Amino acid sequence: MSIADAPKTPPGSAPGSPGTGITRRQVWGLFWLVLAALFIWLVFADWPDWVKNILLSKKAFLSACLNGLTLAGLYFLVASGFTLVFGLMRNVNLAHGSLYLLGAYIGYEIADRTGYWLLGVLGAFLILSVVGLLMQVVVFRRLEGDDLRQTLVTIGISIIAADLMLAVWTGGTYQILIPDWLAGAIKLPIVTAVRSNGSIVLLSYPFFRLVVLALAIVIGIGLWLMLNKTRVGMMIRAGVDDREMLSASGTNVHLIFAVVFAIGAGLAGLAGVIGGSALSVAPGEDVRYLLASLVVVIVGGMGSITGAAIGALIIGLAEQIGLVYFPTYGVVLTFVIMVVTLAIRPQGIMGKSQ
Amino acid sequence: MNADVTQNPATPARNLLARIGTGHLVLAALLLAYPLVSSDFFLTQIGGYSLIFGMLALSLSLLAGYGGMVSLAQISFAGVAGYTVAIFGENNSNILGFGWPWWLVMPLALFFAATSSALIGWVSVRTEGIYTIMITLAVATAAFYFVRQNYTLFNGFPGYTGLRAPIVFGVNFRDPVPFYYMCLVAATLSYAAVLYAARSTFGLTLQAIRDNPRRMRAIGFDVTAHKVVAWFYAGLIAGLAGVLLVWFNGRISPGTINVAAAINVLIIAVIGGLKHPIGPFVGAVMVVLMQTFAIDIVGAERFNTLIGVFFLAIVFFSPDGILGLWGQLRQRLAQEDLRSRQ
Amino acid sequence: MRIHRRTLLALALATGLTAPAMAVAQAEDIKIGVLATFEGAFTVLGEDGERGALTALDEVGGMAAGNKIVVVRGSSDASPDSAIRAARKLVEQDGVKILVGPLSGDEGIAVKDYAKTQPGVTFINGSSAAQDTTLRDPAENFFRFSTDGAQWMAGLGTYAYNEKGYKNVAVVAEDYSFPYTQVFGFMAEFCKAGGKVPSKSWVPIGNKDYSSVIAAIPDDVDAVYVALGGADAVNFLTQFQQSGGEAPLIGGSITVDQTVLTSKGRLRDVLIGTPAAGPTADTNDTPEWNAFVEAYKKQEGAFPSPSLFAHAYYIGMKAALLALEETGGKLDDDGANFRKVLSSLSFETPTGKVSLDKNRNAIADIYLTEVTEGPDGNLLNKLIKVVPQVNQTLGIDEAEFLALGAVSRENPSCP
Repeated sequence: MSIADAPKTPPGSAPGSPGTGITRRQVWGLFWLVLAALFIWLVFADWPDWVKNILLSKKAFLSACLNGLTLAGLYFLVASGFTLVFGLMRNVNLAHGSLYLLGAYIGYEIADRTGYWLLGVLGAFLILSVVGLLMQVVVFRRLEGDDLRQTLVTIGISIIAADLMLAVWTGGTYQILIPDWLAGAIKLPIVTAVRSNGSIVLLSYPFFRLVVLALAIVIGIGLWLMLNKTRVGMMIRAGVDDREMLSASGTNVHLIFAVVFAIGAGLAGLAGVIGGSALSVAPGEDVRYLLASLVVVIVGGMGSITGAAIGALIIGLAEQIGLVYFPTYGVVLTFVIMVVTLAIRPQGIMGKSQ
Repeated sequence: MNADVTQNPATPARNLLARIGTGHLVLAALLLAYPLVSSDFFLTQIGGYSLIFGMLALSLSLLAGYGGMVSLAQISFAGVAGYTVAIFGENNSNILGFGWPWWLVMPLALFFAATSSALIGWVSVRTEGIYTIMITLAVATAAFYFVRQNYTLFNGFPGYTGLRAPIVFGVNFRDPVPFYYMCLVAATLSYAAVLYAARSTFGLTLQAIRDNPRRMRAIGFDVTAHKVVAWFYAGLIAGLAGVLLVWFNGRISPGTINVAAAINVLIIAVIGGLKHPIGPFVGAVMVVLMQTFAIDIVGAERFNTLIGVFFLAIVFFSPDGILGLWGQLRQRLAQEDLRSRQ
Repeated sequence: MRIHRRTLLALALATGLTAPAMAVAQAEDIKIGVLATFEGAFTVLGEDGERGALTALDEVGGMAAGNKIVVVRGSSDASPDSAIRAARKLVEQDGVKILVGPLSGDEGIAVKDYAKTQPGVTFINGSSAAQDTTLRDPAENFFRFSTDGAQWMAGLGTYAYNEKGYKNVAVVAEDYSFPYTQVFGFMAEFCKAGGKVPSKSWVPIGNKDYSSVIAAIPDDVDAVYVALGGADAVNFLTQFQQSGGEAPLIGGSITVDQTVLTSKGRLRDVLIGTPAAGPTADTNDTPEWNAFVEAYKKQEGAFPSPSLFAHAYYIGMKAALLALEETGGKLDDDGANFRKVLSSLSFETPTGKVSLDKNRNAIADIYLTEVTEGPDGNLLNKLIKVVPQVNQTLGIDEAEFLALGAVSRENPSCP
C-alpha cells in the first residue's frame, strides 16, 4: 500500500472465516452503516429533549461537526506536505510549522499592500515553494543519508525562524482580511429549531469556512491525481517505496526531492494564508501546526496522502467536539487518539507496515 | 590516539587509578574544590543548574548516543518525578501534599519516572528510527497540556510551590554548598552508571541494535526488551534530575515541562556531543552560561536566534558537538606533534 | 600529553564558572532591578512595562536623594521558573536591593515565594495581578502598588445589571488563574446584584477556533462576558462577528485594551459599546494623566497611549523612588526603614491616590469604561465613571471575603 491507493482490504480484516455466517468485514460494514444512519438522523431530525440533554443543542453539535470538518481541511493542507516529504526522504521536517507561519505573514503583507487576497494566497505559495527548494538544496542535500542530523537541523531552523519572525512582526495578532465576496454567513438547509410560531430556524455558517473545506478537497484530489496519473507522481511513489531502487534506475532523485519539498513547503505557506484568514496569525502558531501535522500523520500513517486526509478528519473533529463537550481535557484528546493508534497500529491507519 | 598508546606502555597491572583515568580525577578535584572559589550564585544558579540539566541531557544522550532513539520527552519524565515530590511530599499550595519523608518520596519519584519512561519507550520502539522524535515530541506536549488542565492532581496552571530540599542529619540541602554537592553526587552517579553500562554486555548489545536491529533480531536478541530497558534507565536519570530540579526551583508548574524546555534539553545534549557521557554536562555549562549572561552582553531579545545559530553550526560542522571539536583539535595537535618529532 | 590537555579543558571550564561579576557599581549608585518579559511572545508587553518604569525614573532625572539610580534589567519568558531565575540573578549576582517586577500573574506568585527567602531585598510588583500574591500567605517584603485582577473589575458587575439591564450573562474565558480572578471580580458584584450566570466556558489558552464555543453559548442570555487576552480575544471577537453573534459583550480588562482594539479586522462592529473596567482609561482627561501620557511618549518606541503594563511598572517604580527620597537613599539596614516608609506611603498617581493595605496591596481608583469610536476612527476606551479607592476585598469584610474561597473554575457560581 503506498501513498494514495485505497486499501484493498480494510485494516484488521482476516481473510474470510468460512463457516461462520457473517464475516468480520460485514460486521464492520454494518457498523459504519448504522453510524451513518444515526448521523443523518441527528442532522435532519427535530431533536427530542433527551438528545438535547446529552448534546446541548443541535446548533452547538452541528457547528462543532462543521468546524471540525473545516479544521480538518486546514490540517490536511499542512500535513500533506509534511507527509510527502517524510515518505520520500525519511526526513522529519520539524521546521514545517515555521513554513506555515512564514506563509501566513507573507500572505498578510502581500494582501495588505496590494489589497488582493488571492494575490496573497498565490504569493505565499510561490515564495514558500522557493524557500522549500532552497532548504532542500542548501541544507538537506548536504546532509543526505543522515536522518538524525537532518531532523536536528530543522529544529535549529525552526528556533531561529520563530525568533526572527517575532523580531519582524512582533508579538501582535494579525488577521488577513478576506474579500467581501467570501465574507459573511450563509444559511444551510438544516433546521436547528422551530419557533413557537411555526417558523423554522436554519443553521447559519460562515461561507469562508466552507470555501476552506472545498479548497482542501480540491487540493487533495489534485495531489491524488498528480501522484497517480502523472510521470512525476509515479516517480515519487516509486521513491517512497524504494528510494535506492529509483535512483539506481537512472532517475534524477534530487530533482524529485526538490519538487516534493517545494510542493510541501508551498502547501504549508498556502495553508498559512488560509488559516490566517479564517482564524489569525500570531507567534506560537508554528509549534501548533507542527504538532497538529505530527499527530495527523502519525495517526493517518506516514507518507500517505489518503492517510493524511483520514488523520486530519479524525483530529479536526476530535478537537472541535472535545472543545464543546469536554473543554477541560479536549486538548489532550487528540494525543490520546495518537497514543491509542500507536499502541494498536504503530504504522498508522494507512501506513505500510515495515 | 596512536600517540597515546605509544606513551602508555601496556602495563599488565591496571589499578583502580588507571581505570578511572587521570582526566576524571583532575575534573573531580576541580569540581569538589569549586565551592571554595565561587559565590553562592555561581554555585547553585550556574553549577547546580548545569549539573541538573546535564543529567537531563545525559538521559537523552544515553538513548540517542547508544540506542539511536532521540527522545524529546525526557523533561516530561523529570516532570513525573517532580510532581511526585510535590504530591507525596510537602508543598504549600494547599492541595494534596501528603508530607511523606524524602527517603520515601524520592524512590517513589524515581520509580514513577522510570516506569513512565519505559512505557513511552515501549510505545515508541514499536515504530522505527526517526519516528521516535515525533512521538516523544507529541507525548511531551500532551503531558504539558494534561498537567495544565488538571487541577485535582496537578493543580493546573499555577502548579505547586513551596517544595523544599530536605534537611538530613542536620545538613540543610537548601543551602548552596550542600545543594551543589548533592547535585554533584547525583550527576557523578549518573555519569558513572552510563559509562559503566556502555561498556557492559547490555550497553554493547544496545549499540549493536542501534547499528543493525535486523541482524541482532536474527541472531536472537530481544530488540524491544533491550530498548525498553534503556528507556527505563534513561527515565531513572531524568527522574533524579527532576527531583533535584524541583528542589532547585522550589516549585513546579506546567511551564517547567513545556515544549521549549524539551527542546532545550535536546539543544544541550547536541551542543555538548552525544558520543560520550561527559558531553551533556559540557553542553549544559555552555548553554546555562549563555542563558544567564546573554542579557548583559547581547540583550535578551534575540537570545533564541543566538542559541539557534550556535546549535545549527554545531550540527553542521561538528556532529559530535563541542566534544567532537575537541577531538578534532586533539587529532590535529597530535599530528603536529608527530611532525615536529620527525 | 593527554593529561595535560584535559587539565587545560577542566581549568578553562572552572575559570569560566567562577568569572566574577564585572559590573561593579559606584558606591553612591543605587541599583534597581527591573524584571519583565524581554523574551518570548510577551516581549512587546515587557518592553512597555520597562518604558513605564523609565518614565518614572526620568521624572526625577534618574536621581533619588542625590544618588544616581542604575537600572539592571532581568528577563523572563513569562514562565514562573524563568522569572525566579531572573530574580535570583538580579538579587544574588547583580546585587540589587530593590526589584520591580514581574509582569504576569503566576510569575508574581513565584517571585513572592522567592521574596520570603531574601528578607533583605525589597520586591515591588510590576504588573502581575493574581489575587493570591498578596491576599493569602503574603511575603513581608513584597509590595503591590498596582491592583489585582479582581479589583480591576470593580463596578462592572453592578453597572451591567443596573444600568445595562443584563440579567443573564454567559462567561467565556481562558482557562487559567488570571481570568479566574477577573471572572471572580465581575461575578462577585453581578451575582450580588441579582444576576445569573448560567454557563461558563473555560477555553484553553491559545485556542484558535472559537466558533464551536460561540455556537454552544445559550441563545437566551442577555450578554456575554469575555475575559480573553491578545490573540485569543481577537480570534473570539472576529469569529463572533462572522457567525452573526447578536448578544452584546462585556469585556475583561485585557479583552478590550489597545492591543486588541488596534488589531485590524472586522471586530469594530461587535466591540463598540462594550463596557469593561480596569486601572486606566484611554479618554481620562485629568491633567495628571495627560502629563503622564506626554512623559511616557518621550520613551523610545512608545505606543500612542501607555498600556496597562507601562502604567503598573510606572507606579511601582514611582513608589520606590518616593520612598528612596524619603529615606535619603539609605538601604544599609537591609532596607528595613525603606520598607517601613513604603508601607505607609500614600501618593498621587496619574490615576488617583494610591495607598497600601495591611497585606501591602494597593487601594486605588478603578475606571469603568466603554469602547467607543475616537475622532480619527480608532477605537478607544471611553471613561464612564471612576470607582474610587477600591480595596482588595472589593469593599467586602475581609473574613467574609476570604470565606468565599480561592478563585477557580467553579468559584464563584450563580447559575
